[in-house]
Amino acid sequence: MKLVKAIVRPSRLPDVLRALYAADITGLTVSRVRGHGGEVEVVETYRGTTVKMEMHDKVMIDIGVSDTFVDIAVDAICGSAATGNVGDGKIFVLPVERVVRVRTGEEDVAAVTPVR
Amino acid sequence: MAFLAGVGLEPSGTTPHLLFMGFQGTFAIITAALISGALVERMKFVSYVVFIGLWGLAVYAPVCHWVWGGGWLGGMGALDFAGGAVVHVNAGVAALVAARVLGPRKDYGREALLPHNVPFVLLGAGVLWFGWFGFNGGSALAADGIAALALVNTLLAPAAGIFAWTLLDRFTTGKITAVGIATAIVVGLVAITPAAGFVSPGGALALGAFGVIPSYYLIRWRTRTSLDDSLDVFAAHGMGGIMGALLTGVLATTVINSGGANGLLFGGGVTQLGIQALSVLAVAVYSGVLTYLILKLVGLMTKLRADSSDEGLGMDIVAHGEEAYATGEGAVLLNEAEAPERVNGLTKKD
Repeated sequence: MKLVKAIVRPSRLPDVLRALYAADITGLTVSRVRGHGGEVEVVETYRGTTVKMEMHDKVMIDIGVSDTFVDIAVDAICGSAATGNVGDGKIFVLPVERVVRVRTGEEDVAAVTPVR
Repeated sequence: MAFLAGVGLEPSGTTPHLLFMGFQGTFAIITAALISGALVERMKFVSYVVFIGLWGLAVYAPVCHWVWGGGWLGGMGALDFAGGAVVHVNAGVAALVAARVLGPRKDYGREALLPHNVPFVLLGAGVLWFGWFGFNGGSALAADGIAALALVNTLLAPAAGIFAWTLLDRFTTGKITAVGIATAIVVGLVAITPAAGFVSPGGALALGAFGVIPSYYLIRWRTRTSLDDSLDVFAAHGMGGIMGALLTGVLATTVINSGGANGLLFGGGVTQLGIQALSVLAVAVYSGVLTYLILKLVGLMTKLRADSSDEGLGMDIVAHGEEAYATGEGAVLLNEAEAPERVNGLTKKD
């Protein structure tokens, strides 16, 4: 059991979702986040106040997967989210202690197996 | 009359010449706003400014003269009370051509590009309707009965347009939508614009109800094509203007305004309808051809479109150095001295 946490560009999200669905990964959570990862800074001016925007809009995708699906998920995200420029994002793979499907009480691998 | 030399406070017709200039100016500048709706999120700001400056001189000004300035269309008897052909057909066709020349936004047809704020859409429609009383009522150029007629017609036609549009929505998609109603208001306003002072209030109701129907189906069809007329400027303003101009030739009556003409339903035969059709055709062809040529000319001087990566980041940040919806999160104050050298709004990477 692993939790795949991917941070990607918002503009790549539709492609990432399409790639994940194509790889049979259909259970996921998406959140809007702001972060900093060494991209080119954006300078903005509002009525004389000049600021450097250090945080950039990103999207974080959380996916609970069984071990066999980890590489599939990572490959799908890398293939669909990359633009080749700084700021494409990161993928973290974390160990997961326990997964429970709320509706049925199923645990672990059964809980992350999509319902047919 | 450079710099308004000779345009003073003395009356020109029924109003001070200076006021007439200001009033006409509002018609000219609204075309810039209309056309921009077909180019949003991808055209370079400087290209747009150059384009719209040339367009105002080479397209709007002569077309306006044809109809209102004693030109050939007005002389022929074409009825255009407040700019159905001059403003809406003219800008609508220009928008259509410009959207085609520029090409679609990079994510168009690939990703859902939805209105991002429905309350703003409704607020805008309300403000627009209010402002339109000025356009149509003011086009009587006097505080008289015709101004009252135009104002009431400007109230009734969009109302009838909403009625027709909600029925179409209900029986086409099954749901009545708020954005749909806002669109119906705009199309109804456009449709009554050429007719406002020439048709009876009953005529305005009929014109509003029937005038919006082609736009409804055109919008549904357009969204399935590769034509990224982003705010449906042609479908709403171009088509609405065409319907309004033609229906003026059907519903106009000299009983209500002796300065107008009789349309098809009021004993005028097809004569007025023919004149209206010719005015639409002439304006559409001239606007379409000239818009294409001006865009190609501007394209020779500078790129028309922003780079694809800039488009992804958003023109607010790249071209203007501000975010439309800034949260202030992660913003670090910069002093003059620390301000990094800017390249297209982005700091130079070492």
